[in-house]
Amino acid sequence: MPQIFTPSADTWPRVGVGLGIVAVTAAILLGAGLVQSAYVTSVDWVVDQPVPFSHLHHAGELGIDCRYCHAGVESAPNAGLPATEVCMTCHSQIWTGAPMLAPVRESLAKGEPLRWNRVARLPDYAYFDHSIHVSRGVPCVECHGRVDEMPLMKRGEPFTMAFCLDCHRDPAPHLRPPDQVTRMDWSDWTAERAADYGRRAMEAHHIEPSRLDDCGVCHR
Amino acid sequence: MTDAALDPIDRITRIPGDFPAPRAWWICFGVSLALLLLFLVSVGVLLVFGVGVWGNNIPVNWGLAIVNYVWFLGIGHAGTLISALLLLTGTTRRNALNRFAEAMTLFSVICAGLFPVLHLGRPWLFYWMAPYPNTMTVWPQFKSPLAWDFFAVLIYLIGSILFWYLGAIPDFAAMRDRSRSRFAQVAFGLAALGWRGEARHWARWRQAYRLVAALAVPLVFGVTASYALLFAAGPVPGWASGIFPAYFFCGAIFSGFAVVAIIAVTLRHALGLGALVTRSHLNLIGQLLLATGFMTGYGYAADAFTALWSGDAREIATLHDRWTGAYAWSYWGAVALNFLPLQLLWFRRVRVSPVPLALIGLSVTIGMWLERYMLLVTGLYRDWLVSSWGIYHASFWEWALFAGMIGVFLAPFLLFVRFLPVMSVFELREARHEKREAGHG
Repeated sequence: MPQIFTPSADTWPRVGVGLGIVAVTAAILLGAGLVQSAYVTSVDWVVDQPVPFSHLHHAGELGIDCRYCHAGVESAPNAGLPATEVCMTCHSQIWTGAPMLAPVRESLAKGEPLRWNRVARLPDYAYFDHSIHVSRGVPCVECHGRVDEMPLMKRGEPFTMAFCLDCHRDPAPHLRPPDQVTRMDWSDWTAERAADYGRRAMEAHHIEPSRLDDCGVCHR
Repeated sequence: MTDAALDPIDRITRIPGDFPAPRAWWICFGVSLALLLLFLVSVGVLLVFGVGVWGNNIPVNWGLAIVNYVWFLGIGHAGTLISALLLLTGTTRRNALNRFAEAMTLFSVICAGLFPVLHLGRPWLFYWMAPYPNTMTVWPQFKSPLAWDFFAVLIYLIGSILFWYLGAIPDFAAMRDRSRSRFAQVAFGLAALGWRGEARHWARWRQAYRLVAALAVPLVFGVTASYALLFAAGPVPGWASGIFPAYFFCGAIFSGFAVVAIIAVTLRHALGLGALVTRSHLNLIGQLLLATGFMTGYGYAADAFTALWSGDAREIATLHDRWTGAYAWSYWGAVALNFLPLQLLWFRRVRVSPVPLALIGLSVTIGMWLERYMLLVTGLYRDWLVSSWGIYHASFWEWALFAGMIGVFLAPFLLFVRFLPVMSVFELREARHEKREAGHG
């Protein structure tokens, strides 16, 4: 009777097991990399919009305050997007014929709002309220990134649960004076200054991190 | 050479190539495939429409899924105990029983594990039970028996696979050498992992096998304790009792030995293995069944006594509900099916006769299912608040899933019976050899 297996038959399963271990390890590492990559979190990916609105120009160069357009941010869960009339406060006077702004003029003429595409998206099972964050002095830049440096709007931070919880479990270094909440550049604040202010702000606002990561705070 | 003249141990390795009861096998396999189809349909309905298709809701939010989970796991434990405990104590009568008992364990653990996963509501997120670094920075609650249970069952599944497979490697090699078709030679050859029967192989194999056995025995206790504590750790009258881990352990192996009795008698008859599964083996199963039955009975008595002795109004009310409430049928059904036919096993004549033994096994299997149902439902349907009392009825899809799950158990088990050696051939040989040598000495 001929042999069933060749002399190398023992080697192949061993090689297979070795390759299997390598493959499983690689899959775990690649998977871990993937879920944190911009491909999944959408960080830095520009979203197409009906009008190529530049925050770099309006918020950065012209210095228009965030709240001029996102008027609900201090008092409502949603920051809100500006009505076409808000755009027209300026654009009825300047760049009135710019082809880029044709959709804005059309929106005003027809009385139909512009349909912007959402950039900062939270899942529906996560409860989020802008007003409490703003009134306690979490600056816009903390979650939305350097909007004043974005020619086209993109997501500044990965809105993962870990991102929310990192701050909820240790809010102090992220807090700023509420009256400067829309300020974008905080490079002149050293870590010591931020820690010192954060400690006092935590006390003043009665912020207790031990309760900020209860499930029911965000999942209501 | 005629079949009768053949060495009975040799016959085991001939079964896959020349199956003695092909028609009966095909009928059973057809039925189990139909059940398997029912399982797929029930799971499909569950995934599409959600757990709302089941009857469980507040207050009885566990329902048939968890009843079956506990029941299937319990059945599995007997296989491990027969195999590992009797191996470690050196009982040679184990050799005719261990292989199919381990296969029974393996498939029932798989069935058991599927139930809580399907019960999750979002089964595709079951891996959240595992601790792994994630973008939610959420970990399992290690203080909860639910997390212990996940680990216990997972480790038990891996342990059962390892134990079954390791034990079968020398037999796979024998099958490789005896198979005539090229496909079977290669398939068994791959499964045998290059086993050539060298002294070195045997030494390593013995070491590994005994090591896994020594790990498997405490695992059984760990698994029963972890799912018993699922019940006992909560402040639920009728559940919050220190007896539960021991009670569940006894009930588990009791139901497991009952299923071993059914399978042993069926295989013995269907495959003509009367010379290997002897009256002495049936006697052993009968004795184990009787002994574990009495341990389980002690659990019933201790549970009732603890409730009465506690003087706690809620505990006594739950006991009262069990005896006379809406689910009294499950309590008295369990008592009757578990303990009345069992008394016949006092007689050796009953223990060694196959059909009565299998029928008593069947009675205990059903009785233990009723017990799991009784324990779960009576603990929940009348909770502390009268306003949250409610009756539970399993829905059609719960029953369908249960029936389907029997197919998930039977289909692979029948494939095992058809294509693999159902007994440990080399261990039977070894035991026979040692017996003959002892005779010469």
